Amino acid sequence: MNQVFDKAEGISMAVDSGSRRSAESGEVDMQANIPSATVGKVFVDHAKMAIRNVDVFYGEKQAIHNVSLDIRKNEVIAMIGPSGCGKSTFLRTLNRMNDTIPTCLVKGTIELDGNDIYDKKLDVVSLRARVGMVFQKPNPFPKSIYDNVAYGAKIHGLCSSRIELDEVVETSLKKAGLWSEVKDRLNQPGTGLSGGQQQRLCIARAIAVSPEVILMDEPCSALDPIATAKIEELIAELSENYTIAIVTHSMQQAARVSNRTAYFHLGYLVEVNDTEMVFTNPEHSLTEAYITGRFG
Amino acid sequence: MNKMSTIEKIEKGLKRRYFSERLFQIFGISSIVFGLLCLVVLLTDIVGKGHGAFFQHYIRLTVVLDAEKLGIDDRATSEQIAMADYDSVIRESLLELFPDVSGRKQKKQLYRLVSDGATYRLQGMLAEDRRLLGQRVDVWVSADDDVDVYLKHVDAEKEASSRIDEQQALWLAALQAQGRIEKRFNSEFFMTGDSRNPEKAGIKGALMGSFYTLMVTLLLSFPIGVAAAVYLEEFAPKNRWTDLIEVNINNLAAVPSIIFGLLGLAVFINFFGVPRSVPLVGGMVLTLMTLPTIIISSRAAIKSVPPSIREAALGIGASKMQTVTHHVLPLSLPGMLTGTIIGMAQALGETAPLLMIGMIAFIVDVPQGITDPSTVLPVQIFLWADSPERAFTEKTSGAIIVLLGFLIFMNAVAVFLRKRLEKKW
Repeated sequence: MNQVFDKAEGISMAVDSGSRRSAESGEVDMQANIPSATVGKVFVDHAKMAIRNVDVFYGEKQAIHNVSLDIRKNEVIAMIGPSGCGKSTFLRTLNRMNDTIPTCLVKGTIELDGNDIYDKKLDVVSLRARVGMVFQKPNPFPKSIYDNVAYGAKIHGLCSSRIELDEVVETSLKKAGLWSEVKDRLNQPGTGLSGGQQQRLCIARAIAVSPEVILMDEPCSALDPIATAKIEELIAELSENYTIAIVTHSMQQAARVSNRTAYFHLGYLVEVNDTEMVFTNPEHSLTEAYITGRFG
Repeated sequence: MNKMSTIEKIEKGLKRRYFSERLFQIFGISSIVFGLLCLVVLLTDIVGKGHGAFFQHYIRLTVVLDAEKLGIDDRATSEQIAMADYDSVIRESLLELFPDVSGRKQKKQLYRLVSDGATYRLQGMLAEDRRLLGQRVDVWVSADDDVDVYLKHVDAEKEASSRIDEQQALWLAALQAQGRIEKRFNSEFFMTGDSRNPEKAGIKGALMGSFYTLMVTLLLSFPIGVAAAVYLEEFAPKNRWTDLIEVNINNLAAVPSIIFGLLGLAVFINFFGVPRSVPLVGGMVLTLMTLPTIIISSRAAIKSVPPSIREAALGIGASKMQTVTHHVLPLSLPGMLTGTIIGMAQALGETAPLLMIGMIAFIVDVPQGITDPSTVLPVQIFLWADSPERAFTEKTSGAIIVLLGFLIFMNAVAVFLRKRLEKKW
């Protein structure tokens, strides 16, 4: 199993360089076979977020083509696909983080509990309080561990007293599985923690504002296997209370942590289905080619 | 087997690589040594010439504060004390020391040993304690500048071409023999403003002028510069207009400073009617000059804040403004301070633009605020360097030392602040 994935990594490097040359097996053409509509189980009942016909442009270049998808409440949905397939871009449209890129343009509708998040009336600040984000590289503020976690609650005015704030910090750190490791040094800088601890601190910071959805953009790509295992465990625990969308490069990770998996390819959403289905019985030939490591 | 192995090839090139590395190091070290040497020469020259400005010779006179001679009657009002004829009692005491002196010319030479400022000394004493009236008191008064220069250099033979004639030299020798001459720390140098008499000229006027001018500059340029930088970096859309503004700011940094002086004259003084020669207008002109430096360095500091920090803040719902004030500004403040201190150091040493707005005037009074006419340290140095009296030579170097001290103090404060604010991530 491992060997297959190693190979997949190697090939992804070749594809990264932008060439359209066929992969080792020679048969799969990257451009061909893209379905006109996403195959698999795209729509679900009780959708937390409903994405309909979303196109994303960076200036002239179109990064996302006509993606429709439902995210169910309290599920973990993994987004996989080769580098540059638009999965990170797609994730960032879900809490409007791509607003910060001036040339970025989003078309279509994205609804959170039935409200369009790109509606002018909806404030981006409250959106991001409801849809939190954890980034690829751990990015704690250069402040104390306590202040890192308390920051969100402070700016949103969630706590009226110091005691309440202490409580929020403690529960958030406990939920992130970091409390026992840092409870004696809450006043030390968050940047002094190890990489894995930093990432869990960032997760604690995100859940301190009690979001409904947590977006994770390759949260383990900078971490060693032990730290990764801890984060994966944490994701499983968090999914009881939160809806989680995670972008990952590791197919094992997607298989381990997610309920559903979405496969992106060159800006198209090719296939969405229950994770087990995607990895054991993919419907589309591109998905199959990717998970069997025929291209990265 | 002609073919060399890889290791052989590498070893062959090694020697040359090390040689070029050594050569580069030698270049680097020699340029540093040259720079240090220049600095040492400069500093020794300035300190060697300027340390004399901090010392001054004083002559002990025994004066009789005779009410009748002073023209003070029993009432001894402040007005009388202010207007009294102290010159005559000082002359009397000198004549008492050298009874043989006769003839108008010789007497005049004798009187010239003591500074004009001696009268103020006596006046000050009387004003403080009126019981001294009619008594015989010992008082240390400063020597005339020519006497001071002569006494400072009397040991060095080459100073023969002094403005002291033989007769005066004999008198001074006699005074010295009586222990009536002493070299003391010249505290007056730091307590008074400019004067035509070198022994009375002090640096405080220029020092306070520089201080007020720089305060105005700092209070205007730092907030304006940082606000401009933050807006341009964080909020402004990236389009042709902001590009144009950026190019213009960069160009402004290269504009000769005298142009800013002309601008200040035309706009602040002639159009807005700000009074000339005051620290307020000087600070405004220097603000124009330092703004580009502060804006450019602040923008660089803001750019160096990792975008991940902004994303982290935005990602948990901080507004743009909160992201800037809570995270970007604190992290970029050390860099902004560096730019500000460079700008302020530049402003401190600036002369040209201040000439245009009248800060080159001869001003005796120490300024008490930003609207009092004043001059600044570099201008004072220029004025003194331009004065004919020999004693001003060492005053000039002394003023340079004070300017350097001011600069070092300013930099030290900035370095201290930066160390306090610096955070690691």
